[in-house]
Amino acid sequence: MTIIDEHAPNPAAGDADRPIGYGRIQRKEDPRFVRGKGNYVDDIVLPGMLHGAILRSPVAHARLVSIDTSAALAHPGVVAVITGQDLLGLKLAWAPTLSADVQAVLVTDKVRFQGQEVAFVIAEDRYAARDALELIEVDYDVLTPVVDARTALAPGAPVVRDELEGRTDNHIFDWEAGNAAETDAIFASADVVVSQEIVYPRSHPAPMETCGAVADFEPIEGALTLYETSQAPHAHRTLFAIVSGIPEHKIRIVSPDIGGGFGNKVGIYPGYILAVVGSIVTGRPVKWVEDRSENLMSTSFARDYIMQGEIAATKDGKILALRTNVLADHGAFNATAQPTKYPAGFFHIFTGSYDLQAAHCKVTGVYTNKAPGGVAYACSFRVTEAVYLVERLVDMLAQKLEMDSAELRLKNFIKPEQFPYTNKTGWEYDSGNYERAMRLSMEMAGYDDLRREQAEKRAKGELMGIGISFFTETVGAGPRKHMDIVGLGMADGAELRIHPTGKAVVRISVQSQGQGHETTFAQIVAEEIGIPPEDIDVVHGDTDQTPFGLGTYGSRSTPVSGAAVALVARKVREKAKFIAAAMLETRPEDLEWEKGRWFVTGDPSVGKTMAEIAMGAHGTVTLPEGIDGNLDAEVTYDPPNLTFPFGAYICVVDVDPGTGHVKVRRFIAVDDCGTRINPMIIEGQVHGGLTDGVGMALMQLIEFDDEGNCLGGSFMDYLIPTAMEVPDWETGFTVTPSPHHPIGAKGIGESATVGSPPAIVNAVVDALRPFGVTHMDMPCTPARVWAAMQGRPTPPI
Amino acid sequence: MQISMTVNGEDITREAEPRVLLVHFIRDVLRLTGTHWGCDTSNCGTCVVLMDGQPVKSCTVLAAMADGHAITTVEGLATGGKLDPVQQGFMEEHGLQCGFCTPGMMLTARALLDNNPHPDDDQIREAISGQICRCTGYATIVRSVKWASNHPAFVVSETPDFDAAALPAVDHSTEEEVSA
Amino acid sequence: MIPNPVPLNSAGHTLEEEWPVQIPAQFDYVRASTVDDAVALLDRHGPDARVVAGGHSLLPMMKLRLARPEWLVDINDLYELDFILRDGDTLRVGALTRHTALLESKEIARLFPIVGDAEKVIADPTVRNRGTIGGSLCQGDPAEDLSTVCDVLRAHAVIRGPGGERTLTMGEFHRGPYESAVAQNELLCEVRIPIRPRSGSAYEKVERRVGDWAVVAAGASISLAEDGTVADVGIGLTAVGLDGTIPQAEAVLLGKRPAEDLFEEAARIAAVACAPVADQRGPIDYKRHLADELTRRVLRRAAARAAEAQEG
Repeated sequence: MTIIDEHAPNPAAGDADRPIGYGRIQRKEDPRFVRGKGNYVDDIVLPGMLHGAILRSPVAHARLVSIDTSAALAHPGVVAVITGQDLLGLKLAWAPTLSADVQAVLVTDKVRFQGQEVAFVIAEDRYAARDALELIEVDYDVLTPVVDARTALAPGAPVVRDELEGRTDNHIFDWEAGNAAETDAIFASADVVVSQEIVYPRSHPAPMETCGAVADFEPIEGALTLYETSQAPHAHRTLFAIVSGIPEHKIRIVSPDIGGGFGNKVGIYPGYILAVVGSIVTGRPVKWVEDRSENLMSTSFARDYIMQGEIAATKDGKILALRTNVLADHGAFNATAQPTKYPAGFFHIFTGSYDLQAAHCKVTGVYTNKAPGGVAYACSFRVTEAVYLVERLVDMLAQKLEMDSAELRLKNFIKPEQFPYTNKTGWEYDSGNYERAMRLSMEMAGYDDLRREQAEKRAKGELMGIGISFFTETVGAGPRKHMDIVGLGMADGAELRIHPTGKAVVRISVQSQGQGHETTFAQIVAEEIGIPPEDIDVVHGDTDQTPFGLGTYGSRSTPVSGAAVALVARKVREKAKFIAAAMLETRPEDLEWEKGRWFVTGDPSVGKTMAEIAMGAHGTVTLPEGIDGNLDAEVTYDPPNLTFPFGAYICVVDVDPGTGHVKVRRFIAVDDCGTRINPMIIEGQVHGGLTDGVGMALMQLIEFDDEGNCLGGSFMDYLIPTAMEVPDWETGFTVTPSPHHPIGAKGIGESATVGSPPAIVNAVVDALRPFGVTHMDMPCTPARVWAAMQGRPTPPI
Repeated sequence: MQISMTVNGEDITREAEPRVLLVHFIRDVLRLTGTHWGCDTSNCGTCVVLMDGQPVKSCTVLAAMADGHAITTVEGLATGGKLDPVQQGFMEEHGLQCGFCTPGMMLTARALLDNNPHPDDDQIREAISGQICRCTGYATIVRSVKWASNHPAFVVSETPDFDAAALPAVDHSTEEEVSA
Repeated sequence: MIPNPVPLNSAGHTLEEEWPVQIPAQFDYVRASTVDDAVALLDRHGPDARVVAGGHSLLPMMKLRLARPEWLVDINDLYELDFILRDGDTLRVGALTRHTALLESKEIARLFPIVGDAEKVIADPTVRNRGTIGGSLCQGDPAEDLSTVCDVLRAHAVIRGPGGERTLTMGEFHRGPYESAVAQNELLCEVRIPIRPRSGSAYEKVERRVGDWAVVAAGASISLAEDGTVADVGIGLTAVGLDGTIPQAEAVLLGKRPAEDLFEEAARIAAVACAPVADQRGPIDYKRHLADELTRRVLRRAAARAAEAQEG
């Protein structure tokens, strides 16, 4: 037996401070951002560029009687003013949405939500464009709006979409999953049933950078370059080709640096289309960037689900079944971004982390006179709503049974040996070890001590609450057979090329908005082939330079693109083996891999590093049959299933009994996202999502008055947590790899946004137990908490 | 009107209307795009710059009001080709993700450390409480500021593939008006 | 009296006829070099001129085009109005003094802790670097914390105009929401706060989030006589439709030793006396409850601080 000694250290092994592959490394994209050299869409200045501004409707529902743009057109600096009539002539007044509906680009007949686009001014500079907005005279004939989704289907309700032929009401769809008969039978005979209307109110992702675009149409080639805040540049390109008639190969979409997406930048907004039209009409580049009130009042909102939830159990706490009827407010146009076959997204994951005997859900979508959207804000296609429902119901059941909420969950978790687990609504959960995560979270929290402290405080009239949320998500859409958006299957491509000197470039189809893709995807490649991450360039966001894919949202980057990248790296590694064999004049089957090099089995001093192989691949060595020169590969990955990250969250709150003010004292988050690529980045994703949870649970709300006026149109009223409202986060992890994913990773981007709101609301309700409160809806503002304490919890909408 | 101020140590004079907000003067007239515009109600803080060493929301200051004062933007944090410890700290401790709020956060951190070299967590959180971040959850920002506080004399050259001294200087060759 | 444009509703944000443009309309700009210069400029340009100091009330209104002055008189160079100084038994605070300076002043922290309590919860630290006490008082927002603070401390406002200087009580200064007694061609120059021995004061605010306007806030100031009874007391509420202090509530404590049952009674009266409006921050009954609860808390704290001052 040969003893391996005098073995040169493997340069690709890396070390703890500078791992080559997975591990904690600083982000490669940071140097430009800390110098203020990020390149966001509003930073782009092109020669001759004009500025666009949108005039929007101040009323929610009205006939457009007349519009006079002459004064605006005459204003100094104004180059053009576009109205709905102009667009009708170009057949661009309406554009398809991502949900098989149409959305008005500019109003032609009727205004359908406050803030809807009415006219587009193009001027030499930003200020002139906005000045001109005031000069446009519009005459509206105000109509009664439909504001409350609960009344949208009432007989005689105003019809929002009367322009659609044959439409006489506001009903969009009904969708169901699970087995109603089975479920109803179980409910009928169950010992204990808890029913509750649970509202997930409307909120908004509100990334710090608003949406915008710079459109540059070049008339000689008939080519369009569109710089756009888009989470899905390739999908946008295909859609723009279909909508505008500009051939797809003449369209280039570039997503530059994006200041946060969170699902807000998935859809195609009228402003983008108007910028394109403006550029075509004026022959110059046109920039359109919205301000914050436009962002909050017209771009994709999130949630707005009114859920009638029910949970059935035995008297000793075995959960038997869940059922729910949901009313989904989709706003004035059905523009949700979700897979075609799933109008309610993945809401049917509402069975949660529990082994149920039956489940059934029905979702009804309606139109109202509000901004369109619904699927956004890190909801993973309605997984936030589903998790919130089940985790609230489980806590209510615990309260009813007078059982500890952790104990109840532990009693009902799907067990590790049951995976892969097919739930009652058709999902196959890939892997999970729920009890382990729950116990770790409880240990980190000091759960028993917390309950003791709570008992002591209660005796003194102090209100302390402990809330648990155990969530399972379904993310990483998805298998193209089942999942497409407007007919585009949700597969992703990846291309990897190793240069002669051993540096590399990997081109991915997902688009970063802050998640650190330039780092993590380099790390995936590094792990597979042993080239250091700093030697791997990650290209994303430019349709001219990257392979086709459906974009970044629904936590799909790691599950789908990450898989594609791992596989393409393995392809390159495999090809490298054959080239190395040729270079070493040996057979491929005699070679073994250690990270960064192929070497001869039994003779480790004889081998070739990836850099050497790269030079050889481009050089003169005779290559074996079937192996091309160069060292590159491409892959399109069609995921076989979704992935199922999960987590155990515990929140501790203190409520001021005199004012109802809630303070989040501690938050313990244990996440399992499978294989962990960069723990620093994972932790950052979790922290951000937990902050979302505090915002939604305690203060964020987009609400409307009876006339359809949006009351959450600025950051004065749409309140987002500052550093003072959140604690120092306590995070932990377990690792349960996904068996079907090439590197076992599941994705983490939305876990904390999904899992945290129920933990916080459960904690607040727990704190208010002495007042007999069993449920209250978000947001738990001081006034709403106080009302709940008086026995009057009210839904926010 | 003619507006003169010192920006990142350099005296500049430009023509702009009285109504031009300082944030737009910085971005559109001076072409320093590291300062951002994120809201309409002086809440978000992506526009924060230092005026005479104090953090201010440049969307709520007219360029005309800044005439005669010293403005520091994110582009002025690094000096002589060397990053400020705050900048290094944000990279070390993952204090940024999308980067949009980051310039403002770093400038506030710089001003805080200039006044209070060893702030505790609560003081840091309070100092940035007028600025919103949607990505980081704030804890890593606090750690970043702490890092800078613990490495005050930290001097880092530009990373090998990036040389601040080689960056193009702010182009003063054309003076532009913002609006007619 | 400056005729006010339609104000930004601090209790909510509803649209007017126009969609907000978010950048100001055009205007002419001039910088005043002295107080007299400022007054002369205001006098010359008439009702179309507005003063800008910190700008964090006026500029947001101008961006929404709810305010459209033709002349903006920038008074930020009037350093003569930026001071905090003790003059015998009066603390004199210049109108241009920034919130940050008020918060950081050790003199003020010692004499009038209510100011620090309030400043900590006024807007946010960045806004406080610019906003001024003069601007806050003249803006007259019903949710303005410093208005309540000055009421409770029995401050006086010193105003200068073409005709000279005049001094008003806070009662005379307030004229209603977004209105003050400062005429269009006058400038608020100074706020004078009487310093009394054996005094304590406190402020407490409930807000939906740091930096938000108050849902309700309360302020109290208690001055004790040598025998420990209450010689003077000021009780004020913010954002509940009350200008000035609440004499009926104050009467409960005058001449008596501070005690919990008196705080409760005074708080009950204060809650009944106020006129809160239902809005996104809360319904009427909740705000009334807060008026009661917060008044109790600030009275307790003010009394404790007064007792300390008595011993110290």
